[in-house]
Amino acid sequence: MTGADLVALFANADFWSAVLRIATPLIFGTLGALLCERAGVLNLGIEGIMVAGAFAGWLAVYQGASLWTGVAAAALAGAAFGLLHALLTVSLALSQHVSGLGITLFATSASYFAYRVTFPNVSTPPTIRPFAELSAIPIPVLASQTALTWAALVAVPIIAWMLYRTPLGLALRMVGENPAAVEGQGIDVVRLRTGAVVAGSALMGVAGAFLTLSAFNAFYFNMVNGRGWICIALVVFAGWRPGKALAGALLFAFFDALQLRLQQQAGGIPYQLYLMAPYLLSIAALVVVARRATYPQALMKPWRKGER
Amino acid sequence: MRLEARAHRSRVAIVVAPFAAIAFTLGVTMLLVAWAGAPIGQTYALMFDGGFGSRFAWSETLTRATPLMLTGLSAAVAFRARLWNIGAEGQLYAGALAAVAVGGLHGGSGFGVPAAVLFPAMLGAAVLAGAVLLLIPTLLRTRFGVDEVVTTLLLNFIVLLFVSMMLDGPMKDPTALGWPQSVALRDDLQLDRLIARTRVHTGLVYAAVLAAVLAFVMRATTFGFEVRAVGANARAAAFVGIPVARTMAVVALISGGLAGLAGAIEVAGRTGYVTLDMSPGYGYSGIVIAMLAGLNPLGVLVAAIFVAGVLVGADSMSRGVAVPTYIADVIVAVSLVSMLVATLFARYRLRR
Repeated sequence: MTGADLVALFANADFWSAVLRIATPLIFGTLGALLCERAGVLNLGIEGIMVAGAFAGWLAVYQGASLWTGVAAAALAGAAFGLLHALLTVSLALSQHVSGLGITLFATSASYFAYRVTFPNVSTPPTIRPFAELSAIPIPVLASQTALTWAALVAVPIIAWMLYRTPLGLALRMVGENPAAVEGQGIDVVRLRTGAVVAGSALMGVAGAFLTLSAFNAFYFNMVNGRGWICIALVVFAGWRPGKALAGALLFAFFDALQLRLQQQAGGIPYQLYLMAPYLLSIAALVVVARRATYPQALMKPWRKGER
Repeated sequence: MRLEARAHRSRVAIVVAPFAAIAFTLGVTMLLVAWAGAPIGQTYALMFDGGFGSRFAWSETLTRATPLMLTGLSAAVAFRARLWNIGAEGQLYAGALAAVAVGGLHGGSGFGVPAAVLFPAMLGAAVLAGAVLLLIPTLLRTRFGVDEVVTTLLLNFIVLLFVSMMLDGPMKDPTALGWPQSVALRDDLQLDRLIARTRVHTGLVYAAVLAAVLAFVMRATTFGFEVRAVGANARAAAFVGIPVARTMAVVALISGGLAGLAGAIEVAGRTGYVTLDMSPGYGYSGIVIAMLAGLNPLGVLVAAIFVAGVLVGADSMSRGVAVPTYIADVIVAVSLVSMLVATLFARYRLRR
């Protein structure tokens, strides 16, 4: 591919539409993981919660509910698994790593089980009518996006505002840094952390729903395919800031869209190398930011009332 | 409401806890079976029969348990040092690939090198591949502070793509009719059957011996003490002069090596060659097994047989009644969570 080809690619609105489309589930997922981690709870359940969200949202719509009801169902499924994670890691102070991986296994297998029970004998996955593109909007790249992408873009400033401009946001950031101080202010640490994990997990559920209700029109096995883990990396890359999370998700999506295009054009190079590139870049990005990463001080530290 | 450590550790509670967890797991999964519309008693009977009910069932369970024991040991030793190795899946594939790269040299002939030389070289290559694959993220953590959970997870995807590339390219079996699989190992490089007319192979012996060695090392050697100290409190360990970074690196070599060996043993004991679906998530299951076993190496053997029995039993059950095999993963996940909670309540109690 020559320089002129690249210029042509970047001048093409379709390319940038693809970038936004790829970024959308990552934006939702990263915001969700960010909320959990800002409150001091690592949520490795994200990969499975996205599967559950993708399935619950799709099933609701398939059974006749509206698309937005489907999104709500996905959020609810995510919130339910988030509540379980919060019970185990916040109330019972169990290992966040182990509980998160357990939730991923549980949510994934429960969704696959439910899918097979509901559709025992289908070979091709049943489809729904997904969200339509908002073509009435006269801006080239945004016109080819669905309402869910818009929702993701709007969610970023809302969550940033909540975190930095409201008492709730202050308490939430503080509980991830110094839970004892929050306790001293008369705020219930367990409740606050539980709320953050439930809300963050609901966003992860919506991230999954984007896949079945907007990007595709059916539920496939392995459709989440590591996107949740990418979100966990993006949170670190973003330094736990919503604006940077958006930037990180777009950057990742840019490289992903780019490798997809290059894959189609360049001959001779194994396609797997292109597919590897986004993962390798993520690791490289983590190494670069690691030195100045300022983790929430109480992240992964279980908190028990009265214990130091 | 808060948790309070029990002043007296009740022996009864510690013994009862695992049974309570199993009962809870059966209760939850019973609801799912009922939802699928299958007769509950028959479903569980079929599952038990398929996993443990006959000589054949046991042989299949033990065959399935072999790689799980090794990945379980891999997770147990790493988690003991609080090295969160979530990359055993990738390390397993790297080991399998390395084993075939060495053992299957020159189109599978291995240049006619005698098995007495080639076989140890093959296992060594697999151990090395897995070990190096975990050493990199571990050094990134101890040198640069990069979280190893994310890097080991991402490496799984990278390794799988690399394996796919190798199976499409230089390591492809030309006689496999376009199916992506590697060249096969020579017969004399494959593991012997442990029990005649079954698939159980001597890999089971490797796993059991390694578990015993690891149990001894962790309990009775200075190194084992250092690993436990680093895991319990890395700062305190550093303060008393334990070389934390070096201990982590050695743990990484052991943990990654065990997962790599699991790949080689699968190839030499069961499949004979590498395919992209040779592991249905053995690396991830190893984490669950290590946790079920409370990170105890000998416990890993038992937990691996339990998980393998559930997986094999569910496969066989789903041929008899209309319950999807995914029930097996649900059972494993729920048993993990309920075991964690049960052992917690054996040590703590709730106080209002």
